[in-house]
Amino acid sequence: MAIKLHGSWMSTATLRVGATLYEKGLDFELVPPFGQVPAFEDGDLKLFESRAITKYIAYKYKEQGTELVGANFSEMPIIGVWMEVEAHHFAGPSTKLVWELCIKPMIGIPVDETVVEEATGKLNGVLDVYEARLAKNKYLGGDEFSLADLHHLPNIRYILMTPKASLFTSHPHVSRWWSDISSRPAWTKAAALSDAAIPKQA
Amino acid sequence: MVALDFRVRGRFVSSVVGCIVRMVVKLHGAAFAACPRRVAACLYEKNVEFELVNVDLFAGDHKKPEFLQLHPFGLVPVIQDCDLTFFESRAIIRYYAEKYAGQGTDLLGKSLEDRATIEQWLEVEAHYFNEPAFSLAFQVLYAEKLGQEPDLNVIKSSEEKLTKVLDVYEERLSKSKYLGGEFFSLADLSHLPFAHYLINDSGKGYLFHDRKHVSAWWEDISSRPSWKKVLEL
Ligand SMILES: N[C@@H](CCC(=O)N[C@@H](CS)C(=O)NCC(=O)O)C(=O)O
Repeated sequence: MAIKLHGSWMSTATLRVGATLYEKGLDFELVPPFGQVPAFEDGDLKLFESRAITKYIAYKYKEQGTELVGANFSEMPIIGVWMEVEAHHFAGPSTKLVWELCIKPMIGIPVDETVVEEATGKLNGVLDVYEARLAKNKYLGGDEFSLADLHHLPNIRYILMTPKASLFTSHPHVSRWWSDISSRPAWTKAAALSDAAIPKQA
Repeated sequence: MVALDFRVRGRFVSSVVGCIVRMVVKLHGAAFAACPRRVAACLYEKNVEFELVNVDLFAGDHKKPEFLQLHPFGLVPVIQDCDLTFFESRAIIRYYAEKYAGQGTDLLGKSLEDRATIEQWLEVEAHYFNEPAFSLAFQVLYAEKLGQEPDLNVIKSSEEKLTKVLDVYEERLSKSKYLGGEFFSLADLSHLPFAHYLINDSGKGYLFHDRKHVSAWWEDISSRPSWKKVLEL
């Protein structure tokens, strides 16, 4: 039975799942959203929450495409740590910036500068920790690309379109890491679909 | 050297990791703090022996350079287990649930599909429940202790968010005994620390008790011996 992904290429959560499916070389059908975005169907299994979906894909299709959760047991806890760091330290402030600086202008709601400044300060502190980690490791989980890196792609992509791009460009190892992970064919493909879905400004 | 079981595509695979002298697992944290309690609950469920290494949070020991070597964000918990040092409570509980899959309570289910549903509700805990529960408990319990005025707006908005989240739980728990399915799992366990703070220490029990299925679920999971042991730490 075919894999179905309910969502829109503009959504960061859909991009997270889409990039994972492409890393695994899986065919799937993108269908219009209902309820929680993204929702995922693989045979009888229905799931929501993008990070639960990407993990399921990584385990279910372990022997196919890119290994995303560590080839051996010693790497797994460290990949797990950095997935949690993304969820608990990076996602909060970065999602606020995407909302304030990308989505609000698109739908015509005024930007809240206080929220922007607070989120910028927090994210900068988080990226200082990433800078130190990436000075010693090629990827967040260690020597290999994993879901810990992939989960960051959608939010960074959107923030780089805003004046807060300097948060990333001012951290050299973070920039090096971004260039690497964003040039992967699977991400390039998902990002191109997202570009095509973003309404062009008049 | 110890042999371990871990799951690949739902199957158990044996692997050997290097750890010559088995040490007791060290859990750096504080007995009253929510995130270390999450880890302790899991270690008790899995019958993993551990030692709590107390970190004085009120003295700011977790922000000192020695501790920042263990945790770059300066928070608890941190685990030291042989040559592995790592942090983030939910990464830790997943690791032990997987590493000792065949020991103690099974917390991740028998199949990939079970695991996926558990992961989904763990994400719900992390992204919807945790933030308002943390903010509400912090304002009620700790703001004054730390010399801050409790923020009434945060209290109000956190309670509103929790109301919505617990409505979703009520619906879910009217159809399945636990969040992840018909058995107790990490998805339930991960809620214990903040739900306990809200119900027993912050006077917010009505958020849970006013919902029939949520209330029964709380009675069930909070009466587990593992959680009682955590509260005695
Ligand atoms: N996402 C982290 C959060 C860790 C965390 O916030 N720990 C709290 C205790 S529950 C702490 O160390 N607080 C001290 C502080 O914020 O200074 C985890 O789950 O381990």
